Amino acid sequence: MSFAFNDDQKMLAESADRFMLDDYAFETRRKIMSMDEGFSREVWSQFAELGWLALPIPEEHGGLGGSTVDTAVLMECFGRGLVVEPYMGTVVLGAGVVAAAGSDAQKGEILAGVAEGRTLLGFAHIEPKARFTLSHVETTATKDGAGYVLNGDKAIVHNADAADYLIVSARTAGATTDTDGVTLFLVDRKAEGVELRSYPTIDGLRASEVKLGGVKLGADAVIGDVDGAMPVIEAVVDRANVLLCAEAAGAMDAAVKLTVEYLKTRVQFGRPIGDFQVLQHRSVEMLGAKEYSRALTYRAAGVMDVANARDRARAVSAAKVEMGRAGKKIGQDGVQLHGGMGMTEDMAVGHYFKRLTMIDMLFGNTDHHLRRFARLA
Amino acid sequence: MDLILTPEEEAFRLEVREFLAAEVPEEVKRKTMTGFRLSKEEHVSWQKKLYEKGWVAPGWPVEHGGTGWTPMQKHLFEEECAAAGAPPVIAFGVTMVAPVIMAFGNDAQKGYYLPRILRSDDWWCQGYSEPGSGSDLASLRTKAVLNGDHYVVNGQKTWTSLAQHANLMFCLTRTEDTGKRQEGITFLLIDMEQPGVTVQPITTIDGSQEINNVFLEDVKVPVENRIGEEGKGWTYAKYLLGHERTGIAAVGRSKAQLKRLKTIASAEQHEGQALIEDANFREKIAEIEIDLLALESLVLRVLSDESSGKGPGPEASFLKIRGTEVQQGITELLVEAVGNYAHPYVPDAMKTGWNEDPIGPEHAASIAPHYFNWRKASIYGGSNEIQKNIIAKAVLGF
Repeated sequence: MSFAFNDDQKMLAESADRFMLDDYAFETRRKIMSMDEGFSREVWSQFAELGWLALPIPEEHGGLGGSTVDTAVLMECFGRGLVVEPYMGTVVLGAGVVAAAGSDAQKGEILAGVAEGRTLLGFAHIEPKARFTLSHVETTATKDGAGYVLNGDKAIVHNADAADYLIVSARTAGATTDTDGVTLFLVDRKAEGVELRSYPTIDGLRASEVKLGGVKLGADAVIGDVDGAMPVIEAVVDRANVLLCAEAAGAMDAAVKLTVEYLKTRVQFGRPIGDFQVLQHRSVEMLGAKEYSRALTYRAAGVMDVANARDRARAVSAAKVEMGRAGKKIGQDGVQLHGGMGMTEDMAVGHYFKRLTMIDMLFGNTDHHLRRFARLA
Repeated sequence: MDLILTPEEEAFRLEVREFLAAEVPEEVKRKTMTGFRLSKEEHVSWQKKLYEKGWVAPGWPVEHGGTGWTPMQKHLFEEECAAAGAPPVIAFGVTMVAPVIMAFGNDAQKGYYLPRILRSDDWWCQGYSEPGSGSDLASLRTKAVLNGDHYVVNGQKTWTSLAQHANLMFCLTRTEDTGKRQEGITFLLIDMEQPGVTVQPITTIDGSQEINNVFLEDVKVPVENRIGEEGKGWTYAKYLLGHERTGIAAVGRSKAQLKRLKTIASAEQHEGQALIEDANFREKIAEIEIDLLALESLVLRVLSDESSGKGPGPEASFLKIRGTEVQQGITELLVEAVGNYAHPYVPDAMKTGWNEDPIGPEHAASIAPHYFNWRKASIYGGSNEIQKNIIAKAVLGF
């Protein structure tokens, strides 16, 4: 088991960090956020040209076949840049599901399009009453001749309004939280009966509530096994969680650096406030929290592609707990140490705080993952 | 979350495990696992066994008697030792004074001391802290005056761990009072078995006698016992602090103690079920287990940086902070786990040869003393607050 980055990973980090500095500065990001779709198609094309969209996609489908650690390296840079483009929904979750369980026809149709930047996906799984229970699926898929009819509500589907397809989970058998009986479907976002209520999120992204009112699908819309989608969803969400932790590591790194810089320049009582030991120690604690979270995240990322479901789940949950605690500490203290300035929209630190807080709240928060880890002990 | 190992690493782990299973005496294992104090003879005899196997100094360069192991092998070795209840090698010789002798000692010193350290022929202690010089170590006042071919040393050292066993002390002394205080410090090796050296035990809150005052009155130290140059001792002491710092994280030990905690929490009953089934307690264990996993991950990252030529650097101070927090956290949960039977304090029950019935469950006897004793961890080796100062200055540039 290696704890060192290889040369390809170092090069990827260098080029992605360079991109964030040159092409994705704080002001640029602000302009991008105010665009119609809440992200930039131009930036997305650049991601495609740089090979970033192809990174985790299998080689036989036009991708680079990168490991979870490779993708984590990229996500860490995205975290530093607070990237708002729909990488998580399209590449990690959407393409992740299709690559794991899709038919050859689905893979052929979707994966190359994602890698080339032509196709965007939305992962429509979470439901209004599900909280963090992954198997809570009320949406129904009723047999209709050879096909299905979907009815139900999906919540917080990031970038659904820009997506070409939604990956929708629905119950084909069993009770609301049963592990068996969930099936995944590939749904054209413009299909009749798909209604979106779209909104910005507190951390600068876009999302939608998705209403599925009698959406008719052919049998070829089914992704993977009928009734057997939960293991796929769990695996894909586990990987997404590790990658969210990697994104958080980048965001934490940037927030700590900004805070330390601020302490060195802000003068009160006739000296930089960074001269005060109480503030030095708080920044050291912030840095330490980041280091530990990052180290555990990469360890979990390394486990992801090789371990069985239980070990994978334990690794992810440990990383998410560490990230949740570290993210809260760094976000809150980052703002606190910036004083009044930290409260303002114009300072980046608050934006990192918001993103870190929302990463904790996605796919299970700290408490949820602590319980999950403890149960698997 | 187990480490993912290569077949070679698995084979190595097995080899270590089998050696330890055959060689660690039962009584030593019991004492180490439960935090009871080992006798000097038990320590020395174990270290001699490791020496014979060639495993006593994994961190040393091969030419001096090291093992040439990879970082992962060193990590696995430490973990297996802790899991098997093998006593940790006493640090003062092998991991503290030896690297200083290797880096700054002359050939005669290297030739004499290093083989003796490998063979555990000497027991070293560390003469750093003084009554007036704790965190502010550079203020130390123990005076060494050159008189022909020897120094005459006068002063007092304190918190000197296991000085009662030691025949040698590596000691920071003041040879110059003027100028920058860091520049007047000289690193001397002092023979403890001579007139003028008095060791006086200090009893700690757990009732044990592990640390001491050491009084030095007109103690004669030959000039050939000086390491490097006069006045450069501070540099050597700092070198020592930057060396093999990952060990201070005590990952292997904490893993073993966490396992013990789970065993005890499974045996203890709470409201009609095993304590470990209590959701609240189980989550407390989970939190500390996650802290420990993160610690291990960072240790392995630092070790892999070291093997690629990057020094451990001041980031290692993080390992000291988290490492001691985890150790202390586990001792705290152990006290919670035994509940009522944390109360009895029967020091004799912790000694070899005690054969009366235990008071309460056998596992409870050492738990509370262990907890109180372990508060030392965030204080020694540069308190955790001092570690934060180091990071603030060296990493964050304050």
